[in-house]
Amino acid sequence: MIGLLIRDLRLAIRAGGGFGLGLAFFLIVIVLMPFGIGPETGMITRIAPGILWIGALLACLLSLDRIFALDWEDGSLELLATSPLPLEAVAGIKALAHWITTGLPLVAAAPVLAILLNLPPEGFPWLIASLALGTPALSAIGTFGAALTVGLKRGGLLLSLLVLPLYVPTLLFGAEAARRGAEGMDALTPLALLAGITFLTAAAMPFAAAAALRVNLR
Amino acid sequence: MSIWEYANPRKFMATSGALLPWVSVIAAILVVGGLIWGFFFTPDDFRQGSTVKIIYIHVPAAIMGSSAWFMMLVTSLIWLIRRHHVSALAAKAAAPVGMVFTLIGLITGAIWGQPMWGTWWEWDPRLTAFLILFLFYLGYMALWEAVENPDAAADLTSVLCLVGTVFAVISRYALLFWNQGLHQGASLSMDAEENVADVFAYPLWTCIIGFVFLFVALVLYRTRTEIRARRLRALIQRERMA
Repeated sequence: MIGLLIRDLRLAIRAGGGFGLGLAFFLIVIVLMPFGIGPETGMITRIAPGILWIGALLACLLSLDRIFALDWEDGSLELLATSPLPLEAVAGIKALAHWITTGLPLVAAAPVLAILLNLPPEGFPWLIASLALGTPALSAIGTFGAALTVGLKRGGLLLSLLVLPLYVPTLLFGAEAARRGAEGMDALTPLALLAGITFLTAAAMPFAAAAALRVNLR
Repeated sequence: MSIWEYANPRKFMATSGALLPWVSVIAAILVVGGLIWGFFFTPDDFRQGSTVKIIYIHVPAAIMGSSAWFMMLVTSLIWLIRRHHVSALAAKAAAPVGMVFTLIGLITGAIWGQPMWGTWWEWDPRLTAFLILFLFYLGYMALWEAVENPDAAADLTSVLCLVGTVFAVISRYALLFWNQGLHQGASLSMDAEENVADVFAYPLWTCIIGFVFLFVALVLYRTRTEIRARRLRALIQRERMA
C-alpha cells in the first residue's frame, strides 16, 4: 500500500505528472476574480473566503481525471486490480495521493493568496483549518467520479458534471466556516459538520469508487 | 404471481401494453379535469389573487420531480441486486421525465415568485435543493449517454444514483444550515394543523393523482421504447453474425 502511494507521488511530482498545475490554476483564478468583481477592497474582503474555496475546488477538479487515466492507458490499473491489494484500498490510496499532490499544496498556498484578497487576520486559521479538513473530501469524491468515467474518451467534461453537484455539501460547510471565521463569528459548528462530511466520504467513497472501477475493468 | 415476473421483458411488454391506454386515459382525464377545475372553478386567493392557481402545476410537478428520483433509486437497487434488465431500463426511462417535472417545478415557481416574493429566484434551501436535484438528473443522463456498453452503463448509473441520493439528502439538510427559507411549508400534509383550504385542496389532489398517472404512463412508454430499441440492436447484431 505504501509502495503504491510512493509510486503515485513520484509519478505526480516528476516531469509530466502535472504537479503544480493545479496550484498555478488556483493562483490564476484568484488573481482573475478581482478583475471580474472590481477593485473595491471592502467587497473583495467580504467575499474572499468564498472565492478561495471556489478556487481550491476548481483547482482540485482540474486534476481529477489524472487519478486513473494514466494507469488505465498503460494497463497498470488492471495489474493493480489483480494484485492482492483490494480495489477499495487502491481507490483510497489514489485519493490520498491526489490529496497530497493537490489538496495539500492548495492549503499551503491559500494563506498567501488570502493576503492578496485582504482577508482579515482572524480569518486565516479558520480558512486553513476549513481547507485542510475539506480538501480530503474533495479528493475522495473526485476519485469516485474519476472511477466512473475512467474508460470514456471525453470523460473530463462529464466528470465535472458528475462531481460538481456532489461537491455541494463540502463547499457549503467549508466556505461557511471560512466566512464565519473571517467575520469573527463562531465557526466551530460548520467546521465540525465539514469534518463529518470528510470522514464520511473518506470511509464510504473508496467502496463506491471500487465498485465503479470493477464495472469499467470488466 | 409476483412482481418479479415482470423482469421477463415479454411479460412486461404484454402487461404494460394492456395497461398503457388505461393509464394514459386516466392521466389525461385527471390532469385536464383537475386543471380546468382549479383554473376556472375555484375562487381567487384573498392575498395572492389569481397567481395562486399555478399551485395546480407547481406542487404536482415538484412532487413527481423528487419522487421520480426515488423511483430511479429503487429500480437501480433492483438492477444491482437482481440484475433485471427491465428495471435498469425503467430507471433510464424515468430520468428525463423526472428532469422535466423538476424543471417545470422550478419554472412555475419562478413565475409565481416574481409577483409574490418580488424575485424570480431566491437562494432558498428548497429552491436550491431542487436545482441541485436537476443537476443530478443532468449528470445521470449524461452518464447513460456516454457509456457504450449497455450493461456497464446500467451499473455505473446505478452506482451514481445511490451515491447521488446520499449527497442529495445531505445537501438538502446542509442548505437548511446555510440559509433560512423563504418558501412556505408543505401545502398538503396529513398531520399539519393548517393546510391549504379545501376549495383549493380538492382540485390540487386531483392534479397530483393525475400527475402520478401521467408519470407512470410516460415511464411505461419510454421503458417499452427502450426494450424495443434493445431488441432491435440484438436483431441487428444477429444479422451481422449470420
